[in-house]
Amino acid sequence: MLAAIGAPDIETLFEEIPAALRVRSLAGVPEGLNEQQVMSLMYARARQDGRPLNFIGAGAYEHHIPAAVWAIVARGEFYSAYTPYQAEASQGTLQTIYEYQSMISALTGLQVANASLYDGATAVAEACLMAVRANRKSSAARVLIPRTVHPNYRAVTRAATGGQGLKLEELAYLRASGQTAADALSSYEGQDVTALVIQQPNFFGVLEEVDALTDWAHARGALVIAVVNPISLAVLKPPGSWGQRGADIVVGDGQPLGCPLSSGGPYFGFMATRMDYVRQMPGRIVGRTVDLDGRPGFTLTLQAREQHIRRGKATSNICTNQGLLMIAGTIYCAMMGAAGLERVAQACMARTAQLVGALSRLAGVRSAFGTARFHEAVLLFDRPVAPLLEALAANGIEGGFDLGLHYPELGHALLVCATEARSAADVAAYAQRLSELLKESRVA
Amino acid sequence: MSLPMCERLIFDYGRAGRGARGQWPAAEGSVPEIPASLRRSRPPALPEVSELDVVRHYTRLSQLNFSIDTHFYPLGSCTMKYNPRACNAAAMLPEFLGRHPLATARHSQGFLACMYELQEMLMEVTGMKGVALTPMAGAHGEFAGVAMIRAYHRARADLARNEIIVPTAAHGTNPATATMCGCVAREIGVGPDGDVDLAALRTTVGPRTAGIMLTNPSTLGIFERGIAEVARIVHEAGGLLYYDGANLNAILGKVRPGDMGFDVMHMNLHKTFSTPHGGGGPGAGAVGVGPRLLPFMPLPIVARDGEGDAARYRWLSEADRPQSIGRLTGFNGNAGVLLRAYVYMRMLGREGMSRVGEYATLNSNYLLARLQQAGYVAAYPQRRASHEFILTLKALAQQQGVTAMDVAKRLLDYGFHAPTTYFPLLVPECLLIEPTETESKETLDAFVVAMATILSEAGSEPDMVRGAPHRMPVRRLDDVRAARELDLAYRPVSG
Repeated sequence: MLAAIGAPDIETLFEEIPAALRVRSLAGVPEGLNEQQVMSLMYARARQDGRPLNFIGAGAYEHHIPAAVWAIVARGEFYSAYTPYQAEASQGTLQTIYEYQSMISALTGLQVANASLYDGATAVAEACLMAVRANRKSSAARVLIPRTVHPNYRAVTRAATGGQGLKLEELAYLRASGQTAADALSSYEGQDVTALVIQQPNFFGVLEEVDALTDWAHARGALVIAVVNPISLAVLKPPGSWGQRGADIVVGDGQPLGCPLSSGGPYFGFMATRMDYVRQMPGRIVGRTVDLDGRPGFTLTLQAREQHIRRGKATSNICTNQGLLMIAGTIYCAMMGAAGLERVAQACMARTAQLVGALSRLAGVRSAFGTARFHEAVLLFDRPVAPLLEALAANGIEGGFDLGLHYPELGHALLVCATEARSAADVAAYAQRLSELLKESRVA
Repeated sequence: MSLPMCERLIFDYGRAGRGARGQWPAAEGSVPEIPASLRRSRPPALPEVSELDVVRHYTRLSQLNFSIDTHFYPLGSCTMKYNPRACNAAAMLPEFLGRHPLATARHSQGFLACMYELQEMLMEVTGMKGVALTPMAGAHGEFAGVAMIRAYHRARADLARNEIIVPTAAHGTNPATATMCGCVAREIGVGPDGDVDLAALRTTVGPRTAGIMLTNPSTLGIFERGIAEVARIVHEAGGLLYYDGANLNAILGKVRPGDMGFDVMHMNLHKTFSTPHGGGGPGAGAVGVGPRLLPFMPLPIVARDGEGDAARYRWLSEADRPQSIGRLTGFNGNAGVLLRAYVYMRMLGREGMSRVGEYATLNSNYLLARLQQAGYVAAYPQRRASHEFILTLKALAQQQGVTAMDVAKRLLDYGFHAPTTYFPLLVPECLLIEPTETESKETLDAFVVAMATILSEAGSEPDMVRGAPHRMPVRRLDDVRAARELDLAYRPVSG
């Protein structure tokens, strides 16, 4: 090969790199391992983390994943392909994206979805930026975001939109119901508001009064950005039907649809909108068209919105989507169907109701809000939550998410979740262990 | 080699009442009531199909794809190298898959140890002083990098600096990122030899310069020889240097961005560290920083307390890094992808790192030499190719009316994925070809044979080449119709 190049050795190929810059050693990288050695290491690391009984939700939910989902996703033809730039050699990925867009459209009740974004949090940020572009009546670049929206989603949205000067203003919630407070909105009467974000179910698991919130925003010229859990859409009113006109942009994290918890990723963000706003949407979009012979086929479309064409004037700098996870979500939805998803949603609601019932019967524990909920709930304790969570973890139970950092006003508050992946026996085991721990530990 | 023909939509398989019932949870006796105003009135229009329908349909769809596992995929700038299966197997161990991102420290030490060591290894191979793993793609890493540059200037009350200099040959994500960060992109040209035009750079920098974004080797497939001078000019003007790690594969183990003078960079772990491209993601765009940007890194970052058996790992938060640009992902980035990159790096080890750069460059230069012998024209014949190179088909387009796109499409008929076409924009009728280090000489030779055949076909049967591909599931698609008559979702036939 060197002879064909006309070079005496491989080093000659690097002759254009100034000698002073060349690497002398990589002492900080260990010696290479063979596959058997590296797998031994990884088995040991995995064993260290164990398999605790999980009652944490807070934006990442443990669901049963049909074995077929990842058997197909891991096929090399999906796993090791890239963005479908060459449509003729990528019809598998392209058609899957089209089917995915169709399913997200069906779940959310809006006409058009993109090919996915990084995750739920970045999808909220992109939706806020998109709302500023789409709402031509508003010049304030002001987005109202209730405190009942996931705190990490709010943090990501702040980090992602600050450079472009978006004004994110937080709205208070009602201490009694855990819902966004109507009087928090009233202070914006007569002001220019670009968009209102509504999370349903909200971070507390509580159901918001989405019709009233949507109509309030629309009556004042603001767009509505819905943040939803896709599993809940099997039983909850789709955002396209909220209020008189429906939400304008819908986003969320697709993780519950066939994606394992996996320490927080990879997941996928989904986004849908009205056809009117399709040209303001970030990310890839696939369309169905025909080939030279008139046969149906699929291709990336509306690419004039994107960075590789528009460069500095693109709707976003996003290039890839979360292709593999989007495929997992599509296969999961096809496998479950509407009836299966409804069963999952109902099982989650039933199990969480059992969990709240069992835990709030214990002395020193009560449910924070009496409002209707989906599959999460806030519990209030008479003592700090962190030591309890540590003690539960020592017993193989991940007991929930401590709300102290983000919602100190709630006191000793814990967010718990039980999906269909938890059995009635799991719930009983948690209640039993917590009961013992509460008796052992003293009130602070 | 030919692919199967078209496959119906999953919706077309649906029959009322059919379903994969073995996947449904048992019906619950008592489910809390949802208030009527918040309830769904009609079920979503999802397909009603059996498990076999689903498995067969998506298996067939997968077979309509070209992929690294089935085809040579020399897509320039994308580093489509083999993805070792062990990386996937390790990341898919049940303990890792089942681990909740907010789990307690007790159930996190194995995962966090991997992440910490990954940070350390990435620092070593890039020469940077800190690494944050959470950005979820190259463009996301770019955002983090430019946001840090912006935060750095603001922290010094140097508020006028809002210009990001970008070479005209740069990826579109570079100027788009500058805009997202509230900066303005200023483009500068490259000289006839492909290096950055230093005279233009000197007149462009000034008190408004926030920084410059560079890929090295550049998107032209050649090493930026004046990099030390570029660094000096930008630093003296008060700006910082951003390294776009798209082409890190070319120099892995040979030269480090930190040593070239870069202050901040992203690494495309799905390129250089061989995590899957997955049909367009998930990627991973870890960022590395020099000393000046350490306080501004995105969160969370993994820290280690104690040494050896006593070592404990934890996530750093805003309390530890109050000047951070903040949180860029819902949880911890594409954690499962990061595990795959970790396994890949552990398997390569110290020695393997420099082999990557060497063999990627050897394969690229060999392929370039053979294609030139076959009659193709290099865009920069006087320069040494890096891990990728550009052919320009301008003469072929003028003489035969056969374009770079036609050649790319005809390659599909011969069972090769097309190179990147029409990028970078400043080279007319170009193909950007990146073979990667994992391909054998025999594969490269077979590709040369196909390219030579196409060149001959362009002379003898130009119409046939212009009509390619002919052996794919579909022929060329009507993109104009796709954009004009938008059909973006299946609509069930009513009634």
